[in-house]
Amino acid sequence: MGKEKLIVKEVHHSHSPKTSLWWFFLVSTCIKVLLFPSYHSTDFEVHRNWLALTHSLPLSQWYFDETSPWTLDYPPFFAYFERFLSIFAHLIDPQTVHLQEGLNYSSNKVVYFQRVTVVLSDLSLLYGVYRLTRNLDSRKQKLIWSLVIWSPMLFIVDHVHFQYNGFLIGILLMSLSYLEEGRDLLGGFLFAVLLCFKHLFAVAAPVYFVYLLRHYCWGGVVRGFSRLLIMGGAVVAVFASAFGPFFHLGQIQQVIQRLFPFGRGLCHAYWAPNFWVFYIMSDKGLAFIFRKLGFNIQTPTASFTSGLVGDSSPFSVLPQITPFVTFIMVLLALSPCLLKAWKNPQPQMISRWVAYAYTCGFLYGWHVHEKASLHFVIPLAIVAAQTLEDARHYFLLSIVSCYSIFPLLFEAQEYPIKVLLLLLHSILMWSGFSAQFYDGTETTEAPTTNSKKKSYQFGSEGDSGTTMKKGFVIGWIERIYLIGLVVVEIWGQIFHPLLLGDKFAFAPLMLISIYCAFGIMYSWIWQLVYIVKSI
Amino acid sequence: MGKVKKVKDTASDDDCWWWLVQKGTAFVFISVGLFALLVRVAVSLHPYSGAGNPPKFGDYEAQRHWMELTINLPVREWYRNSSSNDLSYWGLDYPPLTAYQSFIHGLFLRFFHPDSVALFTSRGHESYLGKLLMRWTVLSSDALIFFLAVLYFIIVHYNQSSRNRKSELAWHMAMLLLNPCLILIDHGHFQYNCISLGFTVGAIASIFSGKDFVASVLYCLALNHKQMSAYFAPAFFSYLLGKCLRHKHPILEVSKLGLVVLGTFAVVWWPYLYSTHSILEVLSRLAPFERGLFEDYVANFWCASSVLIKWKRLFTTESLKLISLTATVTTCLPSMVQQIKSPSNQGFLYALLNSSFSFYLFSFQVHEKSILLPLLPATLLAVEEPFIFRWFMQFAMLSMFPLICRDNLVVPYLALLALFVLILCAPGQHRVRESNYFLSYLGSATMHLTLCLYFVLHIVYLTMHPPEKYPFLFEAIIMNLCFSQFVLVTLGCNIKQWLQLDLLRLVEITNF
Repeated sequence: MGKEKLIVKEVHHSHSPKTSLWWFFLVSTCIKVLLFPSYHSTDFEVHRNWLALTHSLPLSQWYFDETSPWTLDYPPFFAYFERFLSIFAHLIDPQTVHLQEGLNYSSNKVVYFQRVTVVLSDLSLLYGVYRLTRNLDSRKQKLIWSLVIWSPMLFIVDHVHFQYNGFLIGILLMSLSYLEEGRDLLGGFLFAVLLCFKHLFAVAAPVYFVYLLRHYCWGGVVRGFSRLLIMGGAVVAVFASAFGPFFHLGQIQQVIQRLFPFGRGLCHAYWAPNFWVFYIMSDKGLAFIFRKLGFNIQTPTASFTSGLVGDSSPFSVLPQITPFVTFIMVLLALSPCLLKAWKNPQPQMISRWVAYAYTCGFLYGWHVHEKASLHFVIPLAIVAAQTLEDARHYFLLSIVSCYSIFPLLFEAQEYPIKVLLLLLHSILMWSGFSAQFYDGTETTEAPTTNSKKKSYQFGSEGDSGTTMKKGFVIGWIERIYLIGLVVVEIWGQIFHPLLLGDKFAFAPLMLISIYCAFGIMYSWIWQLVYIVKSI
Repeated sequence: MGKVKKVKDTASDDDCWWWLVQKGTAFVFISVGLFALLVRVAVSLHPYSGAGNPPKFGDYEAQRHWMELTINLPVREWYRNSSSNDLSYWGLDYPPLTAYQSFIHGLFLRFFHPDSVALFTSRGHESYLGKLLMRWTVLSSDALIFFLAVLYFIIVHYNQSSRNRKSELAWHMAMLLLNPCLILIDHGHFQYNCISLGFTVGAIASIFSGKDFVASVLYCLALNHKQMSAYFAPAFFSYLLGKCLRHKHPILEVSKLGLVVLGTFAVVWWPYLYSTHSILEVLSRLAPFERGLFEDYVANFWCASSVLIKWKRLFTTESLKLISLTATVTTCLPSMVQQIKSPSNQGFLYALLNSSFSFYLFSFQVHEKSILLPLLPATLLAVEEPFIFRWFMQFAMLSMFPLICRDNLVVPYLALLALFVLILCAPGQHRVRESNYFLSYLGSATMHLTLCLYFVLHIVYLTMHPPEKYPFLFEAIIMNLCFSQFVLVTLGCNIKQWLQLDLLRLVEITNF
């Protein structure tokens, strides 16, 4: 931090966008550092174990090792990344990278070390968002930076719960920024790199494929074909450098098995707020009704969250869902967007399309984690300041998806942190959007709203600030929905334990899932309509 | 999330911050307040003083023990040594308001976690839930008293004069609520300074809005929460006296105020007023003269000069008491005289700073944590004296560094220091009234040299072991450096306070 202070001194005297960007980043860094001793999930031990196994085992055993239950299940680039980090881990505390002795090791040293790596890897996010926003006007820039760099979801998932999403989403943003600039080859290359870090990002691959094919390769047989070869070559080179060594060792099948563990169930332990929540609930409801009607309905023995039990269906009435079904559903949901991308591949739409793809993956995918909503919330922040409609949609979406990851931090100690983060985010968005859209689209309305002069006793300079009335407003449905969110939270935190005690302990979580699923569904439909309507 | 909205003059060309302040003070307060709360909660994740360190533990155990006592014993026995109240183990040594506050918080703890405040058996109690509940009592006191007092101050302060620049207001509010020293001591180390400082800020704001009686009540409450608030007494006394003297019937005014003060004290001390003996009993607990001229290492005159002069060996405690009292009174006399001569709001803030500094530097039994008291008026003056404020804050942090290291709070210390500097220097601001006379005294070369020394001292203290012969060498160096800077600050502020008087005269002359 001492070093930081020195950087800051320079900030004082120059006001270029870059220094403000650093300012945003450093402020968030301070908060991240303060959060070091907070709760960390098993993902922390997962990553520690990966440090250990990449450090102490030869490459050939990385995907076979089973010393710890947290086996390596990310693609090779991430494993290389862990290998790189383990060099420093070894220097700082050799026990961290010891395969056996390091198990469940969580001294301050290792916690601080791993937390620091997350903070530093966020530089990738910083660069990504900088590239995407460097041509915008300064006010929009600051708004977007505050949405992305100060995203409460990233704080909760990366810096408390522990993961490297900021780093990975940074790569995605970089890739998007190259596509927006028309540098398709670099964009495609970076996306391939991203896939080799975390394959869950592959949901957007169809969009990338169609877009690059039409925007980069199309036009003339010779030009098209040679470009296809170039792009294909780049992507193959990336995949070869990632998977090549394992291919060479003949382990590719094992790697694939680790990467796609379909043995897991349809839903994650805590149901992500997606379409399958509705499916499960209707199954339960139907089963209940049929039983009342006298049908003999068997209670399913399997659960949705773990597929390990075998192939008995977890559903009592509705048909069984297989990974293949979810795959088809995602593709179906994606198809309007792919069609648009095929018909008219415009660079300025690519962020929306990619975000839409991740939304589809989130809603209909197999074994989706609630954290995956980050994949579309962050890219959508980039377009949130474009129109008033975007802002309204984003306001609702980011609050809902941030709320939906609240169950990740279930200990009392972190409760105020997550609530404060969300409140702060909402209020910042509110004032940011208000300022943005007062000035822009709503200017014409300003004179008519003068009747109700601001009652604040000071700052009545009579300048733009005082006539601020309208600008950014959300509709009454949204308002009721957001109030409902508060009700759900209060019910789950206070009334449920008070009235029902330990009975139905899972019910509040289920309620959060279902309630948030409505919000995410709404966002999906909104995005779909926007994409279909766009020219 | 630093939505801390800094600072931006709406009128300026590059209005990158105005969106954060355009909605008015309430909005600024909510966003800065939420951010400040977030920082506090995050700091409270870190260890408290004496965590896992039997048998005496630290301030955390003291506060917890007081809660245990107050909810289990009758009021009259709180300050009395007895079989159920062993005063040698963290006996209650703050005035009754602290005891009442402990009582209320004790009830809160007992409701959720009875074990943590059970009589006798809870000694040295440490648990996840216990820590959490204790932390939340500080948080809630902070939010309810200090935050509201700051809001009151900001409203009054920015309403009175021509300064309606909202960005400045936002910046000032952030500085008040994100004071790193206060956050570290209250939410890291574990104390309730926010309560007494909050009452003090409330009293200052009341004075600014012309409500002298309210101010007296609030200040008495502060005094009754922590006797250290007496550091401000000369300023309050001289300002109010000066004001009364300008009324038609000074004696009447003074006696009215006196009655208010006596009344407040009577209410707070009510349970002990039944006999002189019990009052003396409590009073004797409040003045721990047996603890010596200073403890540990503190950046005041006695400790700094003890490198050369062994005060404790040369004089008896009795004569030391007298010497320190004389020194304190002498040093705060100039600022008192100034306020009695011409009380003014601005001058009052300087007087608060100067009188609390003279107590910090020269009075008997000063803790390193007492730097919070002079720091408060300096923060209130942050807009007028940005350089002094920043300089003072940095060295106040340094002066607490050894304490912070003992408490294992180095990480939040560094993070808060960085956050402070970041917000102080938020991009897009410009300080019109940057008064650099202090800087020019120092000379920029000296300043940079001192800053270098500042960083080097941190690193040295963290990484090196002192020579065996002088185990407290680094502490002594740190304290002497801080002491020298504090003396410069208070000298500067004394001069400034008197210059103010001249300025005022000048204004009067030109007006009439």
